[in-house]
Amino acid sequence: MIRLQNIEKVYRTDTVETLALNKVSLEIAKGEFLSIMGPSGCGKSTLLNIMGLLDEPSKGDVKIDNQKTDNLSDKQLAQFRNKKIGFIFQSYHLINDLQVLDNVELPLLYRSTTAKERRQLATEALAKVGLSNRVKHFPSQLSGGQKQRVAIARAIVGQPEIILADEPTGNLDSAMGNEIMDILLQLNKNDGTTIVMVTHDENMAHKTHRLVRLFDGSQVQ
Amino acid sequence: MLKNYLKIAIAVLRRRKFFTFISLFGISFTLTILLVLTAFIDKVVGDNYPDKKRDRSLYISRISQTGKNTMSSSPPSFYFLDHYVRAIKTPITIAISSGFSGTNTYVNNKKIAVNYKFTNAEYWDVLDYDFLEGKAFNKQQVANSDKVAVISADMKKEYFGDVPNVVGQYIEADNVKYRVIGVVQNVPITSYMTYSDIYLPYTVAKDGGYKSNKGYQGGYYGILLANSKDDIDKIHDEYEQLIKRLPPEQKMFDKVSSHADTYIRSYVDTGDDRHSGVFIVITAISIFAFILMILPTLNLVNINITRIMERSSEIGVRKAFGASSSTLVYQFIVENIILTLLGGAIGVILSVIVLQIINSAHLIANLELTVNFTVLFIGLLVCLVFGLISGVYPAWRMSKLNVVTALKAQ
Repeated sequence: MIRLQNIEKVYRTDTVETLALNKVSLEIAKGEFLSIMGPSGCGKSTLLNIMGLLDEPSKGDVKIDNQKTDNLSDKQLAQFRNKKIGFIFQSYHLINDLQVLDNVELPLLYRSTTAKERRQLATEALAKVGLSNRVKHFPSQLSGGQKQRVAIARAIVGQPEIILADEPTGNLDSAMGNEIMDILLQLNKNDGTTIVMVTHDENMAHKTHRLVRLFDGSQVQ
Repeated sequence: MLKNYLKIAIAVLRRRKFFTFISLFGISFTLTILLVLTAFIDKVVGDNYPDKKRDRSLYISRISQTGKNTMSSSPPSFYFLDHYVRAIKTPITIAISSGFSGTNTYVNNKKIAVNYKFTNAEYWDVLDYDFLEGKAFNKQQVANSDKVAVISADMKKEYFGDVPNVVGQYIEADNVKYRVIGVVQNVPITSYMTYSDIYLPYTVAKDGGYKSNKGYQGGYYGILLANSKDDIDKIHDEYEQLIKRLPPEQKMFDKVSSHADTYIRSYVDTGDDRHSGVFIVITAISIFAFILMILPTLNLVNINITRIMERSSEIGVRKAFGASSSTLVYQFIVENIILTLLGGAIGVILSVIVLQIINSAHLIANLELTVNFTVLFIGLLVCLVFGLISGVYPAWRMSKLNVVTALKAQ
């Protein structure tokens, strides 16, 4: 489903050149649940951003669903992300000015769907994460765990084949973290969604199919 | 999609109230000034009372003689209009009237400022004054130098008070008593060729200038009335030919110039053929409007950049979930247009209040300024342009934001 070949990422400033990723190659099969671990600054999030087409590698190829992505325009990349990938972030990144339902609808705004369809799909996605009773709330009225569940609903509302989760349980206590992890495991198991998760938590990582470790930008496991 | 943008736009406006106030104040204040200006221009240019036949009228408001280093320019003389211009074949008739002059008169020891002007009898055929009572003077009365007068509604009220009928009564102006034979609806002073408080036959003018001045220049205006719109060009050409044939009156001049123009052109005629009055007026108004708009636009651009950059997390999320740069530019421009339309609505309300104040203060005689559809349309257009200009640059800058950087910024 995702194929990374010899990925390098270099950050340059006037005086310093930092190698964030060094020849990382990775193949993630359809329906796989993979976790990426490593110390802070080892390049986990950079790798996830490159997989999600949010960032470009300095060198190397990214193929998603057998499609090369290096020659796609801004518009094509946007469409590709919209259809194929859902994102979950550590700090949720919900839009505080919008109600829960409007937040979840967001990916569908960039597709040709009617308002009625959007509303229906968003309601279904919220039901899946157990938040049917919070549709009219604003993010500021929710707990951390509820916010992350809204973020998951937003990630799955467009029925993407891939979900990229950047430390989804990082801001939550263990009970809430487990709840979120259960939802992700269910999604993977029931819907066959390919999930890549960056985490610091060994326990969470061991619940996934495979674990990849990074150290100083290189893959060590 | 639009509903979503609207929700966000309103939420953003409510979030930073001081910024919102500054933005809305800038927009509404600018728009108020522009709307008042537009209402004024619209009234001056668009109000066709009493010359309702403007589409088949040509106006002569100025005649100039130029020499090497000298120029003399003024309205034409009665003689010029009556002798030379009347000889043109195509027009049906010519209305001749003097510019208005001011004098004082007294009623019960109360001083009243009065403006009066002299006209020929055809003046009343060419122009469509609304007579509230009585009628205009005719050719016979002009020929007989009858001391008769047509007065404005305001003059009637001021001189005679609230009485139903004043035809047959006498009004004194410049120490002469005139018999009132008609009362007409007021004309604003901005229509300087047709405005007056009292209209008198030209033959009663004390200075007798209409008889003694045989020169080209004087203090009268002419309106040529064509049989139909199609004759306008022909009359215009005939008039140009007439002017070409006229020899300068003095040796120091080598050229005579004058035009029979449409209302607007004659209204702003400077008498200088090298610089069109219309061009000068349009340029002046454009520069004024530009200066007036540029400062609030820059202010709005600045505020917009700050506001948009505050929303970098949202930008990152939208991009991650499939919004392209162009979609985001569109969203932020729509939001900005919503803001400017809101400012525009406040501007319209403020304009109505300001116009009421101007009207009730009687700063300009008989000028009743209103916000009509033209003014509103121009207001709406200004808002859209304003919203577009002040939204495009911040939106473009924001759309170039890298997704990862945008998401980290929270």
